[in-house]
Amino acid sequence: MDVSADTLRSLHRTMLTIRLFEQRVAREFRTGEIPGFVHMYIGEEAVAAGICANLRDDDYVTSTHRGHGHCIAKGCELDAMMAEIYGREDGLCKGRGGSMHIADFSRGMLGANAIVGGGIALATGAGLAATVRGTDQVAVAFFGDGAANQGVLHESLNLAAIWRLPVIYVCENNGFAESTPAAYATSVADVASRAAGYGIPGTIADGRDVLEVLAAARDAVARARAGDGPTLLEVKTYRFMGHFEGDPEKYRDDEERKELTANDALGSLEARILADGHASEADLDALRGEIEAAVDHAVEFARASAFPDPSTIERYVYPEQIA
Amino acid sequence: MAVATERSLSMVNAVGEAMRQAMEADPTVIVMGEDVVGGAGRGGSKENAMGGSFGATKSLYPLFGGTRVRDTPISEAGFVGAGVGAAAAGLRPVVDAMWADFTGLAFDQIYNQAGKMSYMFGGQVRLPLTIRVAMGSGLSAAAQHSGTLYAIYTHLPGIKVVVPSTPYDAKGLLLEAIFDDSPVLFFEHLKLYVAKGPVPQDPYRIPLGVAEVRRAGSDVTIVAIAAMVGRALEAAELLAGEGISSEVIDPRTLSPLDEETILGSVERTGGLVVVDESPPHCSVASEIAAVVGEKAFDSLNGPVRRVTAPHTPVPFSPSLEEAYAPSVQAIVDAVRTIC
Repeated sequence: MDVSADTLRSLHRTMLTIRLFEQRVAREFRTGEIPGFVHMYIGEEAVAAGICANLRDDDYVTSTHRGHGHCIAKGCELDAMMAEIYGREDGLCKGRGGSMHIADFSRGMLGANAIVGGGIALATGAGLAATVRGTDQVAVAFFGDGAANQGVLHESLNLAAIWRLPVIYVCENNGFAESTPAAYATSVADVASRAAGYGIPGTIADGRDVLEVLAAARDAVARARAGDGPTLLEVKTYRFMGHFEGDPEKYRDDEERKELTANDALGSLEARILADGHASEADLDALRGEIEAAVDHAVEFARASAFPDPSTIERYVYPEQIA
Repeated sequence: MAVATERSLSMVNAVGEAMRQAMEADPTVIVMGEDVVGGAGRGGSKENAMGGSFGATKSLYPLFGGTRVRDTPISEAGFVGAGVGAAAAGLRPVVDAMWADFTGLAFDQIYNQAGKMSYMFGGQVRLPLTIRVAMGSGLSAAAQHSGTLYAIYTHLPGIKVVVPSTPYDAKGLLLEAIFDDSPVLFFEHLKLYVAKGPVPQDPYRIPLGVAEVRRAGSDVTIVAIAAMVGRALEAAELLAGEGISSEVIDPRTLSPLDEETILGSVERTGGLVVVDESPPHCSVASEIAAVVGEKAFDSLNGPVRRVTAPHTPVPFSPSLEEAYAPSVQAIVDAVRTIC
């Protein structure tokens, strides 16, 4: 695929930002400073980066419990994201949501969602809103292989198909629904093959190659913008970490993990950028330093932010309580 | 001086008029649901064959077309969820889920998505979604087409619940619900659909959270919901013959609940009977009883009485169904125990 140096560098920046942000969240989580639990996206960065590179600020995405990568790729600020993960007042959701419910409506990020499959119908509705308004906005529903077996996916695919809604359903097949292998829980080898049941295109991209994701998403987004309806895009990817931080992962196969993590999309992209002469080792080191500093800043920002005042516990249930 | 003739409309037509006027006023209002058009895609006279299960949306499709008036497949999770997403993305959808009992299929979309978004996203999003459902016993529609379910939704933070008892209220409350920025569950009682009442032609709104005193009285307060308002008024009339003066309050909305009107009434009358056509456990009747027990205990001259359905699904056979919803006699009897 023919892509510009700028595109390669931009994809790399997004993926590296997700990786370094996530590694820091995992580290700080182990100190006990982050409340609740967190689900790492490490290893799957090519999906969010490759898809969102095709989106505009006014396009919509809905996300999952493993949503940090989607937020970063859609343009959320690291400071406010981190403060949200820390449960602080300066978080994107003022500390009311946490890691599993980060949203930024100013960037079309309609929310991470802790119900498996919870964002699928919402993205369908966002696509409906674009259709009714007559704009060329599109909506992307990110979901995992676990959600591929939720009834709401099938209802949504049918609805989007009959109404030709501008929605891209992106199944991030990372091999596991919590601890249950996709190979066990899913009746077909490829989730994308289920698109045939709804008369819509079902395509597969290799999540180890961000350019393949980028290209598949470009086609799907172009179809949606042109009014040609939805696409089910399955990206075969791999979750490097546990379901959540602290997962003992007794269901894992070490050999399999070794093999799959060896084909890290981020590493492959860096190798290509270097080989093509789009950046030097020094450039990449500098970028890494820059992002690490931004992540440091985000952690400091979060730590400096206050916890929400308990007297505000009832605020935001209804919009009239916001003022 | 000429007096304008008061126009009379059934509740189903009042609801239809509210939707039409909302759509005229605001291009972001859309209507979607099962059979809201009927015969979709067939063209000619076959199209718009239904206009909703009870005809409420009949006038909409010819006026506004298929972009804004959409028949959905039978997939409640999918289309209610799409309504939530469309509201989050700036529309004001009115979703017809046909029967209250069917909302079980879409419960996650209402409970985990619509009801929590404003809160868990720190007030970033307004969710102007209205979900209309028919409810209530009395037509031998049996267990899965007769439930009230408003107690379930009244329990949920972030959701508002409306239970009109007259055509006038149905129009004004539905217009208010559509232009409210929260998700609203709008319950239309089947037994109230046909009877006509005065409904002004021009659009008007009735604020949510304001009860209506249907009959003033001094000896007992009867709070009745939806179709039970009429029975409470009948009971009050009978009781008046015995010298018992009943105040009948129609809360009109259950979330928010106009506690002030209820408490103020009980403080004057010293007695409370709540009439609710639902199973009693964790019901709205229980909630109102608890509110009064907590905040107006000293005014009570006797125990609070709840007159509810039995703790059963709604039965089919007319002989059983007749015994399901609170009767006028049951209300009279309950009042007599405390007056």
